[in-house]
Amino acid sequence: MKKGRIILEKERFQLTLERLCHQLIESYDDFTDTCLIGIQTSGVVMARRIQKGLAAILSKDDIQSGNLDITFYRDDFRLREKPLAPSNTTIDFNIEGKRVILVDDVLYTGRTIQAAMSALQDHGRPRQVEMLTLVDRRFNRHLPIRADYVGITVDSVDEAYVQVNWEEADGSDKVLLFGAKNIV
Amino acid sequence: MSGSQLSTRHVLGIKYLTEADIRLIFKTAKNFKEVINRPIKKVPSLRDVTVANLFFENSTRTRLSFELAEKRLSADVVNFSASSSSVKKGETLLDTVNNILSMKVDMVVMRHPAPGAAYFLSQHIDANIINAGDGTHEHPTQALLDAYSMQEQVGDLKGKKIAIIGDILHSRVALSNIFCLQKLGAKVQVCGPPTLIPKHIEKLGVSVSYDVRKTLEWCDVANLLRIQLERQDIKYFPSIREYAQYFGIQQELIANTGKKIVIMHPGPINRGVEISSEVADSKDSIILQQVENGVAIRMAILYLLAATR
Repeated sequence: MKKGRIILEKERFQLTLERLCHQLIESYDDFTDTCLIGIQTSGVVMARRIQKGLAAILSKDDIQSGNLDITFYRDDFRLREKPLAPSNTTIDFNIEGKRVILVDDVLYTGRTIQAAMSALQDHGRPRQVEMLTLVDRRFNRHLPIRADYVGITVDSVDEAYVQVNWEEADGSDKVLLFGAKNIV
Repeated sequence: MSGSQLSTRHVLGIKYLTEADIRLIFKTAKNFKEVINRPIKKVPSLRDVTVANLFFENSTRTRLSFELAEKRLSADVVNFSASSSSVKKGETLLDTVNNILSMKVDMVVMRHPAPGAAYFLSQHIDANIINAGDGTHEHPTQALLDAYSMQEQVGDLKGKKIAIIGDILHSRVALSNIFCLQKLGAKVQVCGPPTLIPKHIEKLGVSVSYDVRKTLEWCDVANLLRIQLERQDIKYFPSIREYAQYFGIQQELIANTGKKIVIMHPGPINRGVEISSEVADSKDSIILQQVENGVAIRMAILYLLAATR
């Protein structure tokens, strides 16, 4: 049985999210013409959480947030054994001319973000796109992509695996690191 | 439930699909329906896939629908229709298709007048095959889009009563519909003049009626079929006028049942024969929604097959 090591437990997890909210407020002030876009599936949970956090700090509940599914945009579609099951895309506002904050829980190879950016283009032309992630695995990138707001940075070998658990979906907030063949 | 993958490499007929396959296609189609209602209706999923549309028989709707589905998935598309090709010069089906495959085609969408043509092809060539109608045998994509459209109207089809009215004998849509609806747990009744209902069709587990009034009283959804004069080499009923009087669906027939019946038709419709203009344009008719769903269903099938290679 593989057992992961907790690298961010509940309290610090929530503190990190709060810090990310404050960083966003620093650059986006009152979030006019700004929206959060969560990438399906766990990025959506995170975007909701950030939206809630911002609402609490700013006492403002009209910050827009949408869900983006990138299944049809993946570049490894025909390389996989099985097709990926798509999720819903729900962006019920116009992103044309907006500042968009892409939200995902782990930034790893950068391919998801590349797919997300082409998916986003099919919904309009945003004025600016920034990226927010909870975990940045900075040494495993395949593409020249970086995050603008980072929760924690994890330096690990390619075989390692980072898992983010969310209270809404998995019962508790934590980040786990699984080592390659259980070495870590 | 088998998750995210079809159990087969080809869609030759509903006969060869499992219930889980059908539900997976519906689930995927729902996502594509969202895509085709966006301002930019295109996704890049199939950008490295080439699809050949081989139509050995005339078609407007199915062909356009497939072509749109392919283009909205960014596939490369080649079109072929028998009327303007070497088939007229005596080439066999296998030779024609092998020639096209030498040009590196990954998927073949085929309509052919001979029943079993798609199955035959799948035994001899390597590409994924989608049957777009083979003679009087099957038309799986039509049945899938019909069942999907029904589900949108009346919810899960388990136990629902579906009537198929018209030329059952010559209709591939009827046969595929029966298979598909039964796999989803619906009850099916066929209705038409005795000469246009195949003998022993009850063996498929459907009920038979020769009285359109009774059928309408019974059903939740009525799928009307066209009289396929082009496939009828002898006369099966005295005249079109007589058929329209006995089996044509008029507004008052529906009104007399005192309930809401969803009216469907795979097209092309013959106004004043199997369906009156009033019914075809009424709010109970979902004929045009069927066409919209057709593109989404075909996108889902292409997408899921492309993944199995």
